[in-house]
Amino acid sequence: MIWGVLQFPGSCDERDALHACSLLGEARLIWHEERDLSGVDAVVVPGGFSYGDYLRAGAIARFSPAMEAVAEHAEAGRPVLGICNGFQVLCEADLLPGALLRNEELRFVCRQAELVNAGGGRFSIPVKHGEGRFWAPEETLDEIEAKDQVAYRYAPNQNPNGSLRDIAGVTNEAGNVLGLMPHPEHAVDPLTGSSDGLKVFEALAGTRV
Amino acid sequence: MTVEVAKHRELGLTDAEFDLIVEKLDREPNDVELAMFSLLWSEHCAYKHSRKLLRRLPTEGERVVMGPGENAGAVDVGGGYAVAFKVESHNHPSAVEPFQGAATGVGGILRDVFALGARPIAILDSLRFGELDSLRSRHLLDGAVRGIGHYGNSIGVPTVGGEIYFEAPYEHNCLVNAMCVGLAQQAQMVRAAAAGVGNAVVLMGASTGRDGIGGASVLASAELGDGDEAKRPTVQIGDPFEESKLLECCLELLGKGLLVSLQDLGAAGLTSSAGEMASAGGVGIDVDVARVPLREADMEPFEIMVSESQERMLAVVEPAKVGEVLAICEKWQTGAAEIGAVTGSGRVRVLRDSEVVGDMPVEALVEGCPLYDLEPQEPEGWIYGNRATLSADASAEETLLALLSSPSVASKRWAFEQYDSIVGSRTVRRPESADAAVLQIPEAGNAIAVSIDGNGRRVACDPYTGTVEAVLECAQNLACVGAEPLGLTNCLNFGNPEKPAPAWQLDRAVSGLADACEALGVPVVGGNVSLYNEGPEGSIYPTPVVGMVGELPDPNRVSGSGFAREGDAVSLVGPFAPSLAGSELAKLRGELQMGLPRSDIVTVAAACAAVRDAVRAGQLASVHDVSDGGLACALAECAIGSGLGCRVDLSPLLDGGCSAEEALFGEGSGGFLVSGERGALESFATDGVDVHVLGEVGGETVEVGAGDRGIALPLADAERAWRSLPSRL
Repeated sequence: MIWGVLQFPGSCDERDALHACSLLGEARLIWHEERDLSGVDAVVVPGGFSYGDYLRAGAIARFSPAMEAVAEHAEAGRPVLGICNGFQVLCEADLLPGALLRNEELRFVCRQAELVNAGGGRFSIPVKHGEGRFWAPEETLDEIEAKDQVAYRYAPNQNPNGSLRDIAGVTNEAGNVLGLMPHPEHAVDPLTGSSDGLKVFEALAGTRV
Repeated sequence: MTVEVAKHRELGLTDAEFDLIVEKLDREPNDVELAMFSLLWSEHCAYKHSRKLLRRLPTEGERVVMGPGENAGAVDVGGGYAVAFKVESHNHPSAVEPFQGAATGVGGILRDVFALGARPIAILDSLRFGELDSLRSRHLLDGAVRGIGHYGNSIGVPTVGGEIYFEAPYEHNCLVNAMCVGLAQQAQMVRAAAAGVGNAVVLMGASTGRDGIGGASVLASAELGDGDEAKRPTVQIGDPFEESKLLECCLELLGKGLLVSLQDLGAAGLTSSAGEMASAGGVGIDVDVARVPLREADMEPFEIMVSESQERMLAVVEPAKVGEVLAICEKWQTGAAEIGAVTGSGRVRVLRDSEVVGDMPVEALVEGCPLYDLEPQEPEGWIYGNRATLSADASAEETLLALLSSPSVASKRWAFEQYDSIVGSRTVRRPESADAAVLQIPEAGNAIAVSIDGNGRRVACDPYTGTVEAVLECAQNLACVGAEPLGLTNCLNFGNPEKPAPAWQLDRAVSGLADACEALGVPVVGGNVSLYNEGPEGSIYPTPVVGMVGELPDPNRVSGSGFAREGDAVSLVGPFAPSLAGSELAKLRGELQMGLPRSDIVTVAAACAAVRDAVRAGQLASVHDVSDGGLACALAECAIGSGLGCRVDLSPLLDGGCSAEEALFGEGSGGFLVSGERGALESFATDGVDVHVLGEVGGETVEVGAGDRGIALPLADAERAWRSLPSRL
């Protein structure tokens, strides 16, 4: 599998994501001005502060040339993974439901968190963000739950940001686009904390999380 | 003439200094030149009260790649790689506006490190505020922590460690010291010296505005006092996105070998960077201010030369490569303009188009400032206040709870969780999980450990011994993770050096730093001096902050500071001779006075070596050094970190002549609290290192026998006290 990791000016975790992807296959960076994703099987939109994020997280990155290509890639049913800022970008681009608001306590938070996937499996993966509170209207929340689009929740008492219904990650209806606030690319080696994040990449590679 | 005199005094120059400038120029300086001289001859840039003292420090060692005088120091970590690092203060800007002050402090130290061609891989911070019950202190703490997080998180460099102390003498003059560590391929590193007559001088990064005119240099070279609000416009505003682009751009340019030299623009802006590059290279530089991209069109030449707008770098480029350099800057959407040239004149010339508006010999501007001798005088007794907050008849349990909840001892999780500590995938030990931060370096096949420390209160009690202790504390922290020191950086935060007591503190502290580094064989590869740290109520505690970088072969062998297994033996290792002098307990009781027992550097170094070897051999389940709050606090911290209690008895210390209180709460260098299999712990004795088996890990209480002052504290109570900081903010 060939992974492509987007790089915007202001991206922070693109090298970490590149390293994680390289453990699972081939991986290369995609500059934000590139439109050609040919040869890339799965796209990762990484964490960071794309274009500085001084306006609203992800609000500018969604208009980048590379994101136009990512939208086409997603519509073709190919895998797309948005991590943290990448999740925010995918929501801004309407490729995923909901929005990410400022953390309930209005502070950046970096800590290890326990996640639970739809099958009840538990994962230890770090979070680090200031705008990670998942929000959507009640009817949208009901709808994405009914359609099994909630991929990951924070385990009980682990919600670090006030996300509604403890939601940490969601997919699109087709299941090929996944966004999550926790950082699976920072959980690929027990030496640095945990290797549970690899399962997130593997699940996406199978395109159904 | 009288008008000119008033002007140079207003800019901080003495009459004698002004006369010297006139003599060196053989005429009176014009306004542009006077502005430039006043900044480069300020304490902040010229180190005129400290440079002579700093000559005492050992700066050479086998592993030193770059030493003092460069943007940062660097040491060899093997595999063709070097680790660059430096600590710098941003105290006065932070006291005026903590968020931007701390943010730009981080931004500035990052630039110092990537100016060498090193990618920043870690940030550490050393912060000092007044007592937590002061509204001002809480405001400054909140702003500084947010500012550090804002800049470090946004630029993608992890904040992996640091320390925060709360002491009344910092009430009006907080300290914000930031340290950056970077990794470079040695073949790609550059120095700051300009070279090659005819080469182009290129200004990269943000445009130049009026923000921060005279900021760092003026703020950092005078005491704080009334009217600080009026100084707010001189605090710079940080833009981490701009710096992120500039960082990537500079590293790409250096990776492609396109730059002759590179220097960041910090205090005194273009004036200092152009002057210092020319001075280091023994050349001259012409700068045309008309070619500097400006935020405001009507800026005067002197304003352009002294602006402290952030996120700017100055590069020397061969003429044939300028086009390629500008194209890469364009790719990263970072500004770039060819603003001048390297000359053979030995002069810094400032032009506006073809008109010369300033013309000074480089030597006079950069090296011409007179250096002053201090007039130190030891104060008669304790010159700082004492405030008792704990009754002398408190029980041992009450005392331990008071110490654990003392803001300087209590967990700083509230702060460090606001920092991204993991970006970059190098962080093997996160904050508070071990005594030093550990970062893996797969490029060189090993890892580094980093620690930053400096207990100003103890330095106030005895500037020489307190500073020795700060160095030993760092060395002990590194030993706890199996690391051997490679080099040291320091930031000397002191009061007004023109006054006798701060001068004495500075003089003694530098001697302590020199002797400790000499004895440990650790070279000082860089540093920073911050003087005039005084408020209306007097000087801060003298605060030398020491940052140390060490190397360890295998990050998989690093144990944590918390206990690991029920039933493990607990031992005290090292020449620990606890005393209540200068301790956290003496502070709580309002009993601070001058004097600390001397540390024996050689025996502490031997204990460090033995602990380091044991960690590397994987023999220890946990290692924690005994520091603030003494053995009782260290034991509680090991227990809280793991959720495992302990049952220990300190009678070996009592038998050695300690009182129960000294054994429980006394402080001093040289103590390691280790746990593991009993046989492994006893083997320290064969290395000739003091070792006392004190007890074992287990249970849900911290049980410490100490004659008639024993402690049996439920772990949950200890943890509640230690984690109480957020509830008091």
